[in-house]
Amino acid sequence: MTTELKLPFDQEYIKSFSKDMNEPEWLTELRIQSLTKAEALPLPRPDKTKINNWNFTQFDKLIVKSEAFASLNELPEQVKALVDMENNDKNIYVQRNNKPAYLSLSKESQEKGVIFTDIYTAAREHSDLLKKFFMTTAVKADEHKLTALHAAFLNGGAFLYIPRNVELDEPVQSVFIHDDEEASVFNHVLVVAEDNSSVTYVENYISTVESSNSLFNIVTEVIANSNAKVLYGAVDTLAKGVTTYVNRRGIAGRDARIEWALGLMNDGNTISENITNLIGDGSFGDTKTVVVGRGDQKQNFTTSVVHFGKNTEGFILKHGVMKDSASSIFNGIGKIEHGASKSNAVQESRVLMLSEKARGDANPILLIDEDDVTAGHAASVGRVDPLQLYYLMSRGISQKEAERLIIHGFLAPVVNVLPIEGVKKQLVEVIERKVK
Amino acid sequence: MAGSVLSIKDLHVAIEGKEILKGVNLEIKGGEIHAIMGPNGTGKSTLSSAIMGHPKYEITSGSVTLDGEDVLEMEVDERAKAGLFLAMQYPSEINGVTNADFLRSAVNSRREEGKEISLMKFIRTMDSKMELLEMDPDMAQRYLNEGFSGGEKKRNEILQLMMIEPKIAILDEIDSGLDIDALKVVSKGINEMRGEDFGCLIITHYQRLLNYITPDHVHVMMQGRVVKSGGPELAQRLESEGYDWIKKELGIEDETVGHEA
Repeated sequence: MTTELKLPFDQEYIKSFSKDMNEPEWLTELRIQSLTKAEALPLPRPDKTKINNWNFTQFDKLIVKSEAFASLNELPEQVKALVDMENNDKNIYVQRNNKPAYLSLSKESQEKGVIFTDIYTAAREHSDLLKKFFMTTAVKADEHKLTALHAAFLNGGAFLYIPRNVELDEPVQSVFIHDDEEASVFNHVLVVAEDNSSVTYVENYISTVESSNSLFNIVTEVIANSNAKVLYGAVDTLAKGVTTYVNRRGIAGRDARIEWALGLMNDGNTISENITNLIGDGSFGDTKTVVVGRGDQKQNFTTSVVHFGKNTEGFILKHGVMKDSASSIFNGIGKIEHGASKSNAVQESRVLMLSEKARGDANPILLIDEDDVTAGHAASVGRVDPLQLYYLMSRGISQKEAERLIIHGFLAPVVNVLPIEGVKKQLVEVIERKVK
Repeated sequence: MAGSVLSIKDLHVAIEGKEILKGVNLEIKGGEIHAIMGPNGTGKSTLSSAIMGHPKYEITSGSVTLDGEDVLEMEVDERAKAGLFLAMQYPSEINGVTNADFLRSAVNSRREEGKEISLMKFIRTMDSKMELLEMDPDMAQRYLNEGFSGGEKKRNEILQLMMIEPKIAILDEIDSGLDIDALKVVSKGINEMRGEDFGCLIITHYQRLLNYITPDHVHVMMQGRVVKSGGPELAQRLESEGYDWIKKELGIEDETVGHEA
């Protein structure tokens, strides 16, 4: 299909939307420019997945009407399970489709000058700060059609800012609820950790509707400045029928650390791109991703760590389970740029196939433009090891239970590092449900 | 109740089309400890794997029964639940599954739904057995066999034996690679299990394990058959004189069979 579809909203509409939201001029301008560019820019080209026929552009409503939650007690049960309901002094943002629906900031965060708010409020109240980082450093609006559409149609998201020398002990949590079949969300999460700061951020994308015909275009930017530390956990459980483009990208300054723990459990077609750019000398990136594919969904997971600074270390771990007729491509890219001497790039991609009809493809790629480095990769695609099954069964464990144990073990690396108990439990339950 | 009986009759086993066991006969009763000795490559490990149901081994003829029930008709987990246990020479490593979770699943698989062992009782039992086996308490939370040293793996096999309390256990070269202290500890665990309801088949190259666990019966395997049986004194003689006298007595030139996997 080569016919270009017209974009659903024009300049006038976007201008008036931006005005309704009281956005600063620079953001309106960015939207309009991006909208213009989006027409001509090509789609991204995820290696080995053809996405020309996927719907990334057509949807009916830029904003759906949703009610806010007066308190966390009003949350649907399955969302409540993700939240530490006992703790009344926590950092949490809840968004319902496009609507900022609940926000609370702990005393500690307030005292330490942490900013955590929805993206609209951030644009109004922290305009200069947002302007400095929003699609300027990590992800650029004009990279391709989807980043441009993202900037043009931005209609949700959160901004987290950790000032210099602030170390937050408690995690910061966002829950993005999708409960309206007509909602499409262009969600932007921006996390800025200034020098010597540290933060743990965890987010959930959760559909409470069974299926819908909508699209999610998600961009996350993590900026970790000198010696900052960011642990970023995410569990995505968007429904069947939701087409998702999700781009999570981090920039690590000198001696900074960015660690990702991603449970990518969407039931719809998904393109996920996760890049960590190790700019500063001595910076560190660690990406752990687990995935379960089922039904006839098609997914592409590209994980990349790019070494620019000297003495940088990057680790990629990806474990995927494929069942039914699900089909997934796992691209792992460790790239060491010229000059990034004494760097170390390590990756491991493993795919477990549970059905004859499922497809899984693990492509480990090392691109090295410097001599004085170390690198390694391991990749495998296969079935549950019959000898492992035999061993477990020889202790009386049934084949079904043995397979369950092996699969959970296989996906444990992400479960184990998620810092919020409810989110950890949810991921285990989602895995249970999806592999059954 | 008297102990169980594992009865092996004229067992023939092949691997990848090659016959390794050529008619093994053995009977192990509760309360008895049997040792099978023999040089490398004579079919000892094949016997233990075939009884447990290793996917690579094909039973071509003969029978194995436990208290009259046909073991060879059972799935691997059913064999275990019927009362068989195999301490493996090369136990699998399973990433992401903690030793404790695995053990609890194993113990609970023998119990009915709703009658699972309580977490407290499980932990108490496991702790005491681990102490007896002089295992580092951390090993409960480590991933199953992953990164375990040879000695740790062997202790872990015996820990499973003690937690599961099978009727008949087969220990496949549980002594190989163990130093003398570890050997004593492992023997202590096995001796702890001794009793009317527990039968055991120990497969070993070396007599030294039998210094700590006195067998009731000793068998020698060559060319895929049990060629000689006797009491503990047979093991003593093998230790001092080796296997050549048996080969001579039976007119065997090459004791091996196929290749031992």
